Amino acid sequence: MSQALERAEIELLAPGGLGHDDLHRVLNHLMGPAVDAGDLYFQTVQHESWVLEDGLVRTGTHSQEQGVGIRAISGDKTGLAYTDEIVLPSLLQASSAARAIASDGKQGKVQAWSRQEPKALYLPDDPMAVLGAADKVDLLRQIDTYARSLDPRVSEVVVSLAATHETILVAATDGTLAADVRPLVRLNVSVIAEHEGRREQGSDGCGGRFTYTELVQRETWQAVADDAVRQALTNLDADDAPAGTMTVVLGPGWPGVLLHEAVGHGLEGDFNRKGVSAYSGRIGEKVAADCVTVVDDGTIERRRGSLSVDDEGTPTSQTVLIENGILRGYMQDKLNASLMNTRATGNGRRESFAHLPMPRMTNTFMLPGSHDPQEIIGSVDKGLYAVNFAGGSVDITSGRFVFSASEAYLIENGKITRPVRGATLIGNGPDVMNRVTMVGNDLKLDAGMGVCGKEGQSVPVGVGQPTLKIEGLTVGGTRN
Amino acid sequence: MSDIQASSSAEFQRDQELDRLESVVRDILGQARSKGCSDAEVTAHTSQGLSVTVRMGDVDVLEHTRDSGVDVTVYRGRNKGHANCADLSEKSIRECVDRAIDIARFTQEDPCNGLAARELMASDFPDLDLWHPVSLDAEAAIRRAKVIEAAGREDSGITNSEGASVSGGLGLAVYGNSHGFIGRSSGTRYSQNCVLIGGKGDAMQRDYSYDSRRSLDDLEAPEITGQEAAQRTLRRLNARKLGTAQMPVLFAPDVARSLVGHLVAAVSGSALYRNSSFLKGSAGTQLFPEWVNIMEKPRLPRGQGSGNFDADGVATRDRTLVEDGVLTGYVLGEYSARRLGLQTTANSGGVRNVFLSPGGDGFENPLAAVDRALLVTEVMGQGVKLVTGDYSRGAAGFIVENGELAYPVEEVTIAANLRDMFAGMQLAGADIDTRGNIQAGSILIERMMVAGQ
Repeated sequence: MSQALERAEIELLAPGGLGHDDLHRVLNHLMGPAVDAGDLYFQTVQHESWVLEDGLVRTGTHSQEQGVGIRAISGDKTGLAYTDEIVLPSLLQASSAARAIASDGKQGKVQAWSRQEPKALYLPDDPMAVLGAADKVDLLRQIDTYARSLDPRVSEVVVSLAATHETILVAATDGTLAADVRPLVRLNVSVIAEHEGRREQGSDGCGGRFTYTELVQRETWQAVADDAVRQALTNLDADDAPAGTMTVVLGPGWPGVLLHEAVGHGLEGDFNRKGVSAYSGRIGEKVAADCVTVVDDGTIERRRGSLSVDDEGTPTSQTVLIENGILRGYMQDKLNASLMNTRATGNGRRESFAHLPMPRMTNTFMLPGSHDPQEIIGSVDKGLYAVNFAGGSVDITSGRFVFSASEAYLIENGKITRPVRGATLIGNGPDVMNRVTMVGNDLKLDAGMGVCGKEGQSVPVGVGQPTLKIEGLTVGGTRN
Repeated sequence: MSDIQASSSAEFQRDQELDRLESVVRDILGQARSKGCSDAEVTAHTSQGLSVTVRMGDVDVLEHTRDSGVDVTVYRGRNKGHANCADLSEKSIRECVDRAIDIARFTQEDPCNGLAARELMASDFPDLDLWHPVSLDAEAAIRRAKVIEAAGREDSGITNSEGASVSGGLGLAVYGNSHGFIGRSSGTRYSQNCVLIGGKGDAMQRDYSYDSRRSLDDLEAPEITGQEAAQRTLRRLNARKLGTAQMPVLFAPDVARSLVGHLVAAVSGSALYRNSSFLKGSAGTQLFPEWVNIMEKPRLPRGQGSGNFDADGVATRDRTLVEDGVLTGYVLGEYSARRLGLQTTANSGGVRNVFLSPGGDGFENPLAAVDRALLVTEVMGQGVKLVTGDYSRGAAGFIVENGELAYPVEEVTIAANLRDMFAGMQLAGADIDTRGNIQAGSILIERMMVAGQ
């Protein structure tokens, strides 16, 4: 038996006196008339955060949550009920509520366990236990002192350190029995720089599925602070962004949030099963320029968006979404895969036991091309070079997306010249992906701080890309 | 399991449940005291509800929700610790208190930490008419959602649907602190929405409509939500792009609300003491034209945000946040007030029922007040920087000519600085959207940069 499964049973089942037989009993109870399938999602989560602001670590927070989400599926209908009491009577009661949606499914059968024991992509260690509370406070103070020492114009520094330790166990009527122990840490530095009455903000962060041990490394946190301060100082000198249509070069790494918005969401299985995405029914069609290949990969070790198994117990995989401009596949959870007669891709994710799983991204990025980044910038007469973004959003039906640059520069005659502020990029996913004309050889994944929201549920994700050139993108600014 | 109970039994259960939460709160305050905390404050809460989604005429999802938990803040002198847990078992609660105390051992001394003064605690608790439990079982909710979606799909221009949802729920909470203050609150909430799609292929558009109220009886008829969603979707079809130009921008009521939200965020304590607001130091200054008034009415009967006390236990009261265009003060809880050397405005946890009063030339009929403008019915993206007031967001809407919607537009951005937008407000319409905690009618801004192709 896998280490994760053993540990999950001790943490989640043993306290309530539950064994494998009880899981079978609850699943059998769940499979009432006309219920096709169902699953039990056991979860316990510990979370902590420490925040330094104006020179002091003023407060810290600890959260603890546990429970079981019980899902019944009948045809394309889904019922969910949950309980925070992990004992047999509560599980049986919640299954009765969950199966109440059943009307026109075929009664399924509970299969014998087939254990999922995929390769663990991260160590199960408690990420917050590796450092004492006094050391955490001390780390934040060191980072504060360092950030302030970088430039006298730095007037405010906020540093936050957060960790989550989660154990999940999935038992499903299709025989799935899988568990995962997931660490996640994150460090953020946000600064305000002030000069001659003007104030600007800069922020950066990093993290992943490991412990605080990684973040304590001086070079790690210094790089984060350096970047936050650099951004704020750059913006102090920035002019208002120009408005209109122009060539845009996106820097490597975090600007991959464009792909997440413009391509990723539109390729989630649920939207395509319902036919409401701009990419619905277009598998095999040309949806992007030839130089564009985009994948979603949940299997990269220790990345923020990675999972050894997803929240339905399916091992994660690398899914090719667009290959040389051709749409190849969607990201699927079990329900949508089965309704679309395809395979689950390990993208079934949920915020917690109290939420339903749905197809979600893991780490989504564009594969590298052949161009040197300097060559790409050098090819632009007049345009915008955007290297950092505050985030974005998309309307998956029309394909329209928006994202806001937090650090951008003008390109004039093949050279990066002045910083500009307030640039918003807007476009239509399928349209913009056809306007990619150069792809750099410098693929970079983001530093590990992405959060994706869908239908009110937040999950950690990764994004990435090489330097990209897009012709004719609309830039919103205040200057003509 | 979590049907909203019939009113007589729910009334009985409510008091019993509030008693239980109060005893949890008192127990935690006692534990904190006996473990050496100088002060403590606790919220214990529980909620339950039901949500259904119907899509293409059939049930899609049925969710039962049932949550509870406690939120504990302890003080050891001026050192603070905070913890929460998501169940009410004795073991979890005991661990939660210990965690909070552990954290308070290591955080640094902050002279601004501590409870609000005893004399500020709420002492009267009028019934705010927030409790309207009715028997909304899964069957009834499904029937209602089917009516909504069917009304929306009646028009042949509607080609697909993301479904109609109906949800109802109730929430109870007890807040207490070591002054001996105990405050109870309870409320119900019902909502319904519909998301529809018109057009096909590249020409697809979607839009939605919703309503949300304290009482099921106050929700608009299900047919209206469906029809409104259809009408909003269909009018977006064949949207055009625009060139880049300066023009007047009329924000529709549901979007205009977000502008008032940006004001509230920029005058809120944490943004001010972190020096991250462009409105720092603006109290007492003229931010808006003289006809602009913005009020907060925290004890409004059936209000979306109503409550008798804030998250510090401080008694709420009506106030005018903007009077004759002048910002009268900030939005502060006890902690942020101390950081700024000011008095709390009973806004710990946020604002409660904020209203922008109609005014300006032509407020009775905002559309008729403009010759040519961009009517914005949707904004997208995170392009609002409170530190500078820079506003640059994606938008969709309509070109309005001579008081009529001329044609739909999409893929434009609108940009300006919030300070200029506030000063350049031409009117606040009487067409108030009453569904949210912040309520406003249409807002006309004199000039913004609209960027398109």
